[in-house]
Amino acid sequence: MTKYAFVAALAALAWTAPAPAQTTAPADPTTEEFEKFRAVMEDANPAELWEVKGEQLWKTRRGPKNASLEQCDLGLGPGVVKGAYVQLPRYFPDVGKVMDAERRIVHCMVTLQGFSFEEIAKRPFSSGNYTPDPVSIVTFVAAQSRDMKIAVPQSHPKERETWELGKAIFHYRAGPWDFSCATCHGEDGKRIRTQNLPNFTKHDQAPRSFIGWPGYRMTGGVMHSLQWRMNDCFRQQRFPEPGYASDTITALLSYMGVNSNGFVYKGPGIKR
Amino acid sequence: MKTKWIATGVAAAVLAGCAAMKDEAAYRREAAEAVKRDFHARGIATMDRLNQDELQRVCTEYNNNPPPALAKKIEDAQFETIKLPADRKFMGDWKVGARLAASGVGMTWSDKPGAAGGSCYNCHQLSPQQTSFGTMGPSLTGFGKKRGFSTENQQYAYMRIYNSKAFTACSSMPRFGHSGTLTEQQIKDLTAYLMDPNSPVNK
Repeated sequence: MTKYAFVAALAALAWTAPAPAQTTAPADPTTEEFEKFRAVMEDANPAELWEVKGEQLWKTRRGPKNASLEQCDLGLGPGVVKGAYVQLPRYFPDVGKVMDAERRIVHCMVTLQGFSFEEIAKRPFSSGNYTPDPVSIVTFVAAQSRDMKIAVPQSHPKERETWELGKAIFHYRAGPWDFSCATCHGEDGKRIRTQNLPNFTKHDQAPRSFIGWPGYRMTGGVMHSLQWRMNDCFRQQRFPEPGYASDTITALLSYMGVNSNGFVYKGPGIKR
Repeated sequence: MKTKWIATGVAAAVLAGCAAMKDEAAYRREAAEAVKRDFHARGIATMDRLNQDELQRVCTEYNNNPPPALAKKIEDAQFETIKLPADRKFMGDWKVGARLAASGVGMTWSDKPGAAGGSCYNCHQLSPQQTSFGTMGPSLTGFGKKRGFSTENQQYAYMRIYNSKAFTACSSMPRFGHSGTLTEQQIKDLTAYLMDPNSPVNK
């Protein structure tokens, strides 16, 4: 039977169009309880433990070169941490590339302290009692931008190109399920199960991609950064695995970060 | 005459900037190159997954809104991929279908080969009792009841699950049969979940 014969047969049976489901999450007891819990926890966010740990790691002489990270330039000059996180990703003349916060921290760990990128990239995400050093450090760095406006720069041509590349990757449909980032994060008012999905292509919703990260994740009691979040998105998209601290991740963080400009960052957050 | 030189300099810089600006097609090509360079295979998620097929390429190019003639061409081509059961029986066990609909496993790099679920509740409302449902797709509550419990409607449900893009070219819904995510029997079980009068979906 051709498609048209089939559709005509269906039309003859006069089926009704599906009704739209309600768009906001229903009073889901699990979500409600978590939001109450989050309100209590945000007063004393466990992320603060990693802020302290990260500050220690920043200031302590470590690695083969026995140096601290206090000369690390996060974009505002060597050692300037305050306000740096909300201005990343940005272009760095010393490497001729745009880098995001965690990637830049790892760059400093490699160049200033002599650590190996390959060793760091072998186990870059938290699990159980293990928190990789870059995650603690990025938590500290992010906390130093608390209550500041997101201001990811677009003054250098490479910063603008990186935003464009991020936008193109964001919309790239591939894999066995034909997913792109935009499949879930490119429309208004959608949710997956009871998890609301902000539309990151829009200025008013994109801040949800920035605010709250790095975040203490209740599931597993671990500290996670945006590098982890991007990785796990691609897993659920049924893609192969993105390289840790790669150009693709920087480009996506640039796209979503710039889209979030102007909103106030509240520091490391709490996640479900 | 300093202002004249400044103006010329600015004009030259603007022109150079414009010449350096790429169009969207160039960024799409760069995106394809970037992901191939930056990703690596893991578990069952191999690198060939990043090669776009024609549908993915077109839907990306048109931001999921291709011109009607092109959409129809895509839908016709997708229709041809649908393999109906040889016995032309579309209904399996709705109880198995219910488990498949609730399961979000399958096809990721952390899944074992052969692990399979429909992830239906991720995107759709189904049984009225289940409040943990997504809204990426329309509600399917009362699917069979609303349409009538005919074999034509069973076939329609089967085909939608097998390859939804045969009906909507750039649909967000994965092509569960065509991609090899679900077997014929699993699609029959899900069809029963939608179409069996005894299924909670139709209560």
